[in-house]
Amino acid sequence: MNTLIFRTVAPFLTGLMILFSIFVLLRGHNEPGGGFIGGLIAASALAIYGIACGVSVVRRALRVHPLAISGCGLFLACLAGFVSLPAAVPFMTGLWIYPHIFGLEVPLATVMLFDIGVYLVVVGSITSIALALEEKEND
Amino acid sequence: MSANVTDLTFLALSLPFLGAVLAPFLTRLLGSNAAWVLALFPAASFLHFLGFLPEVAAGEALTGGFAWVPSYNVSFSWLIDGLSLTFALLITGIGLLIVLYSGGYLKGHPQQGRFLCFILLFMGSMLGLVMSDSFLMLFVFWELTSITSFLLIGFDHESEAARRAALQALVVTGGGGLFLLAGLLLIWNVADVTQLSLLLNLDDPLRGSPFYIAMLVLVLGGAFTKSAQFPFHFWLPNAMEAPTPVSAYLHSATMVKAGVYLLMRLNPVMGETPAWETVLPVFGGLTLVIGTLLAIRQTDLKLMLAYTTVASLGLLVMLTGFGSEHAVEAAVLYLVAHSLFKGALFMVAGLIDHESGTRDVTRLGGLRGAMPITFAAALASALSMGGLPPFFGFLAKEEIYYALAHGDLRSILFTLVAVFGNALMFGAAFVVALKPFVGPAVATPKHAHEGPVLLWLGPVVLAVLGLLSALFSTLSHHYISSPMASAVKGSPTVVDMSVVPHIGLPLGLSVLTILAGIAVYLTIDSGRAAMARVLQALGPGPDAGFDGFIAGLVRLSHRLTTIVQSGRLEAYLTLTFIGVAAVLLVTPMLYGEFPKAPSWPSGIHFHEWTFLAIGVIGVLAVIWAKDRLTAIVSLGVQGFAVAMIFLLFGAPDLSFTQFMVETLSVVILTLVMTRLRLSPTDHRGLGQKLIDATIAIACGLGFGLFLMRTTEVPFDDALTLFFNAYSKVIAHGANVVNVIIVDFRGVDTLGEIAVVMVTGLAILALIRIRVGGERRPAENDPDAPEGNRS
Amino acid sequence: MEAVLAVVVGIFFAAAIYLILSKYIVRILLGVAILGNAVNLLLFTSGRLTREVPPIIAEGIDALPAGAANPLPQALILTAIVISFSFFAFLLVLTYRAYQDLKTDNTDDMRIAEPIKDPLPPLGY
Repeated sequence: MNTLIFRTVAPFLTGLMILFSIFVLLRGHNEPGGGFIGGLIAASALAIYGIACGVSVVRRALRVHPLAISGCGLFLACLAGFVSLPAAVPFMTGLWIYPHIFGLEVPLATVMLFDIGVYLVVVGSITSIALALEEKEND
Repeated sequence: MSANVTDLTFLALSLPFLGAVLAPFLTRLLGSNAAWVLALFPAASFLHFLGFLPEVAAGEALTGGFAWVPSYNVSFSWLIDGLSLTFALLITGIGLLIVLYSGGYLKGHPQQGRFLCFILLFMGSMLGLVMSDSFLMLFVFWELTSITSFLLIGFDHESEAARRAALQALVVTGGGGLFLLAGLLLIWNVADVTQLSLLLNLDDPLRGSPFYIAMLVLVLGGAFTKSAQFPFHFWLPNAMEAPTPVSAYLHSATMVKAGVYLLMRLNPVMGETPAWETVLPVFGGLTLVIGTLLAIRQTDLKLMLAYTTVASLGLLVMLTGFGSEHAVEAAVLYLVAHSLFKGALFMVAGLIDHESGTRDVTRLGGLRGAMPITFAAALASALSMGGLPPFFGFLAKEEIYYALAHGDLRSILFTLVAVFGNALMFGAAFVVALKPFVGPAVATPKHAHEGPVLLWLGPVVLAVLGLLSALFSTLSHHYISSPMASAVKGSPTVVDMSVVPHIGLPLGLSVLTILAGIAVYLTIDSGRAAMARVLQALGPGPDAGFDGFIAGLVRLSHRLTTIVQSGRLEAYLTLTFIGVAAVLLVTPMLYGEFPKAPSWPSGIHFHEWTFLAIGVIGVLAVIWAKDRLTAIVSLGVQGFAVAMIFLLFGAPDLSFTQFMVETLSVVILTLVMTRLRLSPTDHRGLGQKLIDATIAIACGLGFGLFLMRTTEVPFDDALTLFFNAYSKVIAHGANVVNVIIVDFRGVDTLGEIAVVMVTGLAILALIRIRVGGERRPAENDPDAPEGNRS
Repeated sequence: MEAVLAVVVGIFFAAAIYLILSKYIVRILLGVAILGNAVNLLLFTSGRLTREVPPIIAEGIDALPAGAANPLPQALILTAIVISFSFFAFLLVLTYRAYQDLKTDNTDDMRIAEPIKDPLPPLGY
């Protein structure tokens, strides 16, 4: 898999796919998409990057261990549940706020935070699995 | 019972458990002096229960408690009448003395805190047992006493004998507890009540039932094992491996009496039938004779006492089942007397052991000068045990003969048994209480002298109580004996035996017993040798049988395991799927729920047929794949076909997810499969293939038919409608699938992403470990931070 | 329509189980992968099939109109797909590691946990 074309294209492809995955994640509440799909797209992007340029390059690009991303995601998801605590409603009740940023109404919700958590867990875990397996290839 | 009293009684029942929790900390803080503080817990309970005496003496039975599982009519409730109150006072009163005694006996022992904790736990369990009104609570506490006694007997867990004794006691009494549970459930079913107080108030609920014999056998199974009746008597002497405070408490005064308690408790509803009045006296009498004979044979003070305890329990069972008012009164008197004198004698035996270093009666003598207080307490207790005035044991013995000595054959027989047993017990009592103290002084391993107050306080108090209760018999009968006898009999009964002897047959029998007992005492050495010869001739008893039973059980389970768990994955899976196929095919056969034959489908588009066909072909291609690449590609093909099916039927989310997953699957499969072998042919023989194919097709057929049948019945869309209607209104999301995942069922999803993460961790761990424990060197570690890598 | 899917699901199940009954762990793995799809399809079909209309509420209306696909099984299956993928990956690595360390892919020869000559447990106390 060490063709020059693939190696040249892969970083751009990965970047694009990750951008696309975030788009899919954010539109998930109203259109097809969401944390699971977005996470899988991003994980595939990183897996492709790993195949093209080697695992160590991906790991350096990620800066943290993929499972750390996963853990962070799980933490965010739990946090989204506990936001309901100060609001005195049952665990994981969806809460919405509509702040105006630059005159634009942006709906924000604990549900969205939760979906981002799902996204991160999926990205982290699956990337970790894929990278670990790709590494076997080289040792 | 007013609310206040209810709360206080609950507190009194919980106090021992509270003490148990505090025991280790207090012992660490105060050393052996902690016993003084811990004794306050049973003392408070004792005082609380003492307050019930006037009411109970007036003939009242008090109940109280809380609802526990109201839907099954199970409550946490207690019953305070003459029987349970006497037991409660014995348990907390003697328990108080035992806690103090343990403080002295185990002074400086590194695990003293644990010991006190166990003792108090046991006390709480036993107290709960006798106070329980509800069946379930009775059973729970019954088994709790078995478990805590296991802990106590095995306290010295570094000795194999102690471990064996503990396991033996647990198996025998815990197993008996299961009999009891079955018996209680049967009673529950027949009488339709869950509380003893209600059961006792019913008009003859059990005797006429066709299940009476079954109930009797089950209840006796529980009572006989707990109270060490022949042939289950063997565990009790073995339990003498426990430290002496345990023997004094569990194996004389309290736990072993739980079986007798049960029989006494059920006597009003189950007693006075031919079966009851045959089985109980026969087994009780047998246990009495065997127990005393075995007691004579021993040289260890504790073992002698243990066998006489077995004998006494036999006597109690015999009297409880004998079936006359006087027999019940005799049982009540003897139970109280026995608790007092046997507890004291055990403590004396422990005291002698503690101070002189041996319990072997043949190596003891002349201690009266060194240990005068102990001697006095021992002598008083032995006199009570031997049935001499003016001690409480005398009242009990008079009442026994008064109850038994009648003209008919059965009475004569049991009178003889009682005289024989009592004479031997008399002898044994004085061997324990007199032999070590009289005669010339014998050199003992330790230089004997009087023990500390913590040690002699218990025996002295119990001995004095044995004397006082006899001297003031009107009072003790009014408050203790009569209410208890009434509860056992089920009708008001008055005990009026006093310490002044009446001239008559009972007195004559008493004199005879005492004379025979003195003869036994004087000829104890030759009697011991004779018994040893007899036992040798008889061969191994039930104790050796227990070892065989346990070893057989281990062998059996090992053999069964090798049969059931053959270690062949194929066999497990074959059986599993045969089961699946059977469930899927036999169930609709039985209920006639097969789907109607579907008509040839119409209105299916060509492209739909195409994708379905591609999926099926992909799946079949995986089966027939001869090499890795074909298998991986075919697997991918069927996965993408499934994704297309999702897309065609209105599930774009699923479709995208499936596409991504299949892509990733193919990628990682390719990565790993290059290292794995895929045999070109399936190494199954034709026969095996046919069998497997049959099972697989049966399962597939089953699932297909199941699905067809499911889709034939009208669809219940209540949930779907709910989500459709509220997704946008209350969750502000237009994509209903996503809203369900992250909002309506968010907690589920939280669990699911946790699973995903855990598999990620598990895979990482799997890749990193090596068989044999060696880890790869750090520089090759794929998951080490990049900076560390060369 | 559902009847045809039922037949397909039956075939998927039969193939998966046939593969799982093999002695060879790689085939078992392939079987498990197909089994996941079979179960997902089973769930999907029992929620009834609707062509091409995804369960997405259009702009301007508050509730999903009748005629759209059933969202409930989709939500169940979506998470199931991801989880079955993680487990598939786990099994794959397990297979790989077992093959590497035990040098066999025949489940009959994998006897570490259940040795052929299992000694009798100790009989003492």
